[in-house]
Amino acid sequence: MVSWATYGTFRAKARNVYDYDFFSFESKADFLRRSETFWNPDKTRFWQDAGVDLVIDRREGYLFWDMAGRRLIDMHLNGGTYNLGHRNPELIAVLEQAMGRFDIGNHHFPALARTALAEALVGTCTPNMRRVIYGSGGGEATDIAIKTARHTRRRRKIVSIRKGYHGHTGLAVAAGDDRFSTLFLSDRPDEFVQVPFNDLEAMEGALRGGDVAGVVIETIPATFGFPLPDPGYLRSVKQLCERHGALYIADEVQTGLMRTGEMWGVAKAGVEPDIMIVGKGITGGMYPIACTVVSEECSAWLKEDGFGHISTGGGAELGCIVALKVLEICGRPEVRSMVHYIAERFRAGLSTIQELYPDWLVGIRQDGVVMGLEFDHPEGAKLVMRRLYENGVWAIFSTLDPRVLQFKPGILLGPDLVDEILDRTAVAVGEALAEVASTPREAVSR
Amino acid sequence: MDPAAPDVPGAPRARMMLDRARWAATAFATFDRDRTHRVVEAVAEMAYQNAERFAIAAVEETGMGVVEHKRRKNEACSRGIVERYAVGDYVDAQIDTDAKIVAVPKPAGVVLALTPSTNPIATVYFKVILALMTRNAVVVSPHPLARKVSVDAVRVLAKAAVSAGAPDGCLQVVEEPTIPLIEALMADRGVDVIVATGGTAVVRAAYRSGNPSLGVGPGNVPALVDATADVAKAASCLADSKAFDNSILCTNESVAIVEERVADGLSRELERHGAHVLDEEESKRVRAALYPGGRIETALAGKDAAALAAAAEIRVPAGTRVLVAPFGSIVPEEPLALEKLFPLLGLVRVPDAGRGIEAARALLRIGGAGHSAVIHSRDPRTILAYGAAVRVLRVAVNAPGSTGSAGLDTHLAPTMTVGTGFFGRSALTENLQPRHLTQWTRLAYASDPAEPFGDFDDLQPWSVRPEPVPVVARPRPEDELTRDDLRRLILDELRELVGG
Repeated sequence: MVSWATYGTFRAKARNVYDYDFFSFESKADFLRRSETFWNPDKTRFWQDAGVDLVIDRREGYLFWDMAGRRLIDMHLNGGTYNLGHRNPELIAVLEQAMGRFDIGNHHFPALARTALAEALVGTCTPNMRRVIYGSGGGEATDIAIKTARHTRRRRKIVSIRKGYHGHTGLAVAAGDDRFSTLFLSDRPDEFVQVPFNDLEAMEGALRGGDVAGVVIETIPATFGFPLPDPGYLRSVKQLCERHGALYIADEVQTGLMRTGEMWGVAKAGVEPDIMIVGKGITGGMYPIACTVVSEECSAWLKEDGFGHISTGGGAELGCIVALKVLEICGRPEVRSMVHYIAERFRAGLSTIQELYPDWLVGIRQDGVVMGLEFDHPEGAKLVMRRLYENGVWAIFSTLDPRVLQFKPGILLGPDLVDEILDRTAVAVGEALAEVASTPREAVSR
Repeated sequence: MDPAAPDVPGAPRARMMLDRARWAATAFATFDRDRTHRVVEAVAEMAYQNAERFAIAAVEETGMGVVEHKRRKNEACSRGIVERYAVGDYVDAQIDTDAKIVAVPKPAGVVLALTPSTNPIATVYFKVILALMTRNAVVVSPHPLARKVSVDAVRVLAKAAVSAGAPDGCLQVVEEPTIPLIEALMADRGVDVIVATGGTAVVRAAYRSGNPSLGVGPGNVPALVDATADVAKAASCLADSKAFDNSILCTNESVAIVEERVADGLSRELERHGAHVLDEEESKRVRAALYPGGRIETALAGKDAAALAAAAEIRVPAGTRVLVAPFGSIVPEEPLALEKLFPLLGLVRVPDAGRGIEAARALLRIGGAGHSAVIHSRDPRTILAYGAAVRVLRVAVNAPGSTGSAGLDTHLAPTMTVGTGFFGRSALTENLQPRHLTQWTRLAYASDPAEPFGDFDDLQPWSVRPEPVPVVARPRPEDELTRDDLRRLILDELRELVGG
């Protein structure tokens, strides 16, 4: 077998095509053309226009390589999907082993792996949690959460956070930003009410009518650029929920699995949610499933009509086995220790960079390795994203607040790679500032 | 993380310990002398306080050695080591104004410490304290036969270290060591240096691993007693040394090589000190029982003289501490010329000191190259000739071998890791000391006299970039309940009471 170290050269020189065994392309340009033709024209073009001509080829740990061979450090992690790194060897091993016996299973029947994961997952949550309902992705898990809340409280209304993000399925997308719901005429303003983050008065106002089933809330809203909850905010929301008969639905897709230094960000914030949504990182990007964890009270429909929600791929048993391993890894004391080191190193390194550019890098939002870098420009994060990309780091801007760059390191990083990221970031931040200084503001954005 | 590595059970988790140790080592490397000292003091004190407890547990788990002697070793390897190196400085920059050189000490980084079953706790203590003195992170991989007590000891020391401000994870232990796991760890890029104490196989594996290693070899200690020796004192040293921890230290004497003129006297004196000199028939039985098939019976390692006698089915006087087996000549086919890890001492008579030196060399050809030797003599010429002739790196003079060569009863560096040098296929040529885990960056000015040397007197290398060590707080529920935990528990109970 050809070693990875020489694979790229071998491929390019010997055959002059990009041969991936399963498919091949003549060139990167050829690939991009086909991507526009057969897949997604706008998305393909968007990144070319944004100066990020990335086509991810091989991937390993916190690194991946563009199909042209360029090495990039992954600071996006697909929203924490690659929390444990790309193609984590432990997860590969577990999935390979699992395929010797299991497939996705049959959703009609009690399932071995689904039950084992449910028990393990419940064990990591706040003590009030009891059962797990499975979906195939975070959106479906959010739909399940909303359906569960409505069944439990016999109310239809759902409150969410303005600029929140919970996925793109029917109910989840309605709970999220207009940016994604109106395109498909899927907004339902009568049933889905949005209030600003960190605004308790608005929250109380939305709940006061006593007709809200649940409040769905990301512990730290990711796509909004990780604005940190004010101290006590989430606990107060929970109290308001209790007072007005609504359920607290914690979206832990991006804040779970040790990313805040604790297994679940919501528990770290001192809140016992009634329902918790888990996705992305729970299967480490190997075999996707998502989970909705519920309290005893919210389990009612599971006793009344267990066929109420059906999902063929939801809780695929292969995914469950991977997830069990992810939970085991995240629960190790070594990981807890490393997350704190990584977070501390970034805190120190980023404040040094901020000292260099205090009027440009105007805010550092950080809870563990959940980070948002705020720049003094309406599209600042897009500029920095591109400069970072040129400097070998991939981090993405916040769709719902493009001033803020999502900065999401993995929880198994070593000190050398962290230092390298900080070095590259210092350069990129400086370059982006220079660009802004030499360009009129209006000309920058897309 | 090496994705190509074979999937050894436990290896992913153990590699994660190395990753954690890397972070700890990175933080530790910026500690100044005071912070380092506080950690070392706290750990050594905790080790000292637990010296007896772990001595008892070690004897219980391994069935080897003597509690009282293990306690002494544990004390020597805790407070003793700290006192010994109190004046040493492995943290501050050293300034040599004449040479115009500033030397800045740097730790190795992540030390993988393999510890043996024979001296489990003393070696754990020793390696841990040396590593901490030099600001290294350590992962201890204990011998499976002494697993429980070693794991326990490392945990106790780690807790003391972190309480005294050491970086979290600077002290870890492989809880389920197996040979494939240890080999995987030794070969891992996350290890900066392996310090291997144990059998030949594990030491050779360390050197094969591709990582820098400091290893030891087996001993097979000749003890020359020449005609000028104080025979009574020599006998008492020999008997004490052999009885010490039931000869489990590899520095214990294997064969006493005695000048004919004093041999009878020495035998009598040995008996006065609790030795039983075997007759020919007894020797035969002992040889068969302790070296079945011409190889040492490891099940008897560290057992006392009574156990050896019982195994050989011979009767010895009550209170016998040591068995002495006279034999003819030191040749490879003679089992009594092999290493002793129990209180059995071979005894060979030689016509003069010159022949004695040759006999000692013969013993070291069979085993123990580079390790240790002993001489009892009052003639500096013989002592020097002996030292020049034997292929070992330390000779205890008029002292017990066990404790003498290990630096407990001489002024050698007190150690549980005896470097056997190039003779003994090791990169370590001395008793392991803190400086072996330190490396120095030397800032060398131009020798040109026109180039003036800088003034470094009030400068501190480690205050340049002080890095706080993150607190990995959240005590586990079994350790301590936080207020929130308590609140939650109370609420849960209330809820159950009211049937909520």
